Amino acid sequence: MKNLENIVEDTAVELLKRAANILQDDYVAALSEAHKKTRGEIGRSELSNILKNIELARETYQPICQDTGVIAFMLKLGDSFPIRSKLRKILENATRRATKEIPLRPNAVDLFLGNTKDNVGPHVPLIYIELMEGDDLEITALPKGGGSSNIAAHSMVTPSLGWKGVKQFVLESTAKAGSLGCPPYFIGVGVGGGEDYCMFLAKKALLKPFGVRSNDPKVAEIENELLEKINSLGIGVMGLGEGPTALDLHIEIAARHPASLPVGIVFSCWAFRHAKGRISKGGEVVFEHI
Amino acid sequence: MEYRLKTPVPETEIRKLHSGDIVYLDGTIITARDEAHKKALEMQKKGEELPVDFKGVAIFHAGPIMRKEREEWITVAAGPTTSARMEIFEDEFIKLFRPAIIIGKGGMGDRTTKACREYGCVYLAFTGGAALLGAKGIKKVKGVFWLEELGMPECLWVYEAENFGPMTVTIDTHGNNMTKQVMERVSKNKEELIRKLEGVD
Repeated sequence: MKNLENIVEDTAVELLKRAANILQDDYVAALSEAHKKTRGEIGRSELSNILKNIELARETYQPICQDTGVIAFMLKLGDSFPIRSKLRKILENATRRATKEIPLRPNAVDLFLGNTKDNVGPHVPLIYIELMEGDDLEITALPKGGGSSNIAAHSMVTPSLGWKGVKQFVLESTAKAGSLGCPPYFIGVGVGGGEDYCMFLAKKALLKPFGVRSNDPKVAEIENELLEKINSLGIGVMGLGEGPTALDLHIEIAARHPASLPVGIVFSCWAFRHAKGRISKGGEVVFEHI
Repeated sequence: MEYRLKTPVPETEIRKLHSGDIVYLDGTIITARDEAHKKALEMQKKGEELPVDFKGVAIFHAGPIMRKEREEWITVAAGPTTSARMEIFEDEFIKLFRPAIIIGKGGMGDRTTKACREYGCVYLAFTGGAALLGAKGIKKVKGVFWLEELGMPECLWVYEAENFGPMTVTIDTHGNNMTKQVMERVSKNKEELIRKLEGVD
């Protein structure tokens, strides 16, 4: 029988495979809907390329996009899940294996030595850990392309500008992102917390379920407002002016310092690739989605 | 208009294209992004001979996933990367090496637009992320250079393409730059949206 460490490694490899190769159904449906609604020939041609490509990836079980990013894992660690400090080693091994098996493009560049060729380097894969109750380990694999990461933005907004200042920053950042991160985008916004924490909140926001609005009705209203306004910017599919600019937007909030209003914004390209799985203490694995 | 072009593409053919036209391509496509542009330009400056001739062919801003099976390279995934990063040296590259076509995503700026007009080159936008559609249009890997030194994403992959596309002309030889026009409109829309924002607190 396999031991738990092997199970975690195998699960992480499997999650990277699923994430890189299969776009989740909700997103495919949203892109198909956009193709139906888009009138301009250029926008239609771009969306048709996107849909064909998603289909090819599914059929041939190969990466949707060549840029599978700097590999990141978001973990939720249960109180009595027995593996702790070994998780980094295990996830590094999983990353090396996935790089060969899928294959993934080697994207970890050592600042002095150049490309490490196996997607592992200092702090990479990126690992985020949150704690939770229970016996399980939940892993989300997030191979996110560099193009859409380059357009992320951060601002310490003047607190007296309030939500108006937040909205302005989101609109400005999206307008500035323009065509560069492969729209239509999925957008996560983090507000409050602190100068770094708002970026983490933005990434958490990005990963919230498609189309589901915040539990807080005030936040939900702002999500709707921003999504609508971003779509009237007119960036369009691949920045060519036709079709939707963003398919979804989520906001996560935290309390803030009286003198600070930190805002972080994180974008995903249309190929929003992530996959989640849950491993129990006893080694049972459950995958979300397909 | 829809065109099917074959490399080497004569300058007269390139000058017929207009922003918004759709293009499919046959022939030689060579990948080159940040590092390859830099290295090619540096070698040229030193008077060294390049391993490939860019004249009349297509440069592809891409860092593909490649797999070696026995002695043969297979293109697994090859979509475009963000071209804006190459804006700082693309005009020089076009002037010195005279490619007919630049393929990328996200568009390029004024310097590239000017070089395209002057030297008879077009920018074709290929759908970002459409890496398998890209790979499908590549029939053969004719060669690879600088792989050891620059790594898989940054080296020069020389492809034989067949019916590669569809791509959209967004910079033509007549001074048009579709991405720039869209972004000017976006900027106006943004100003208008921000002006109308209301405070809620």
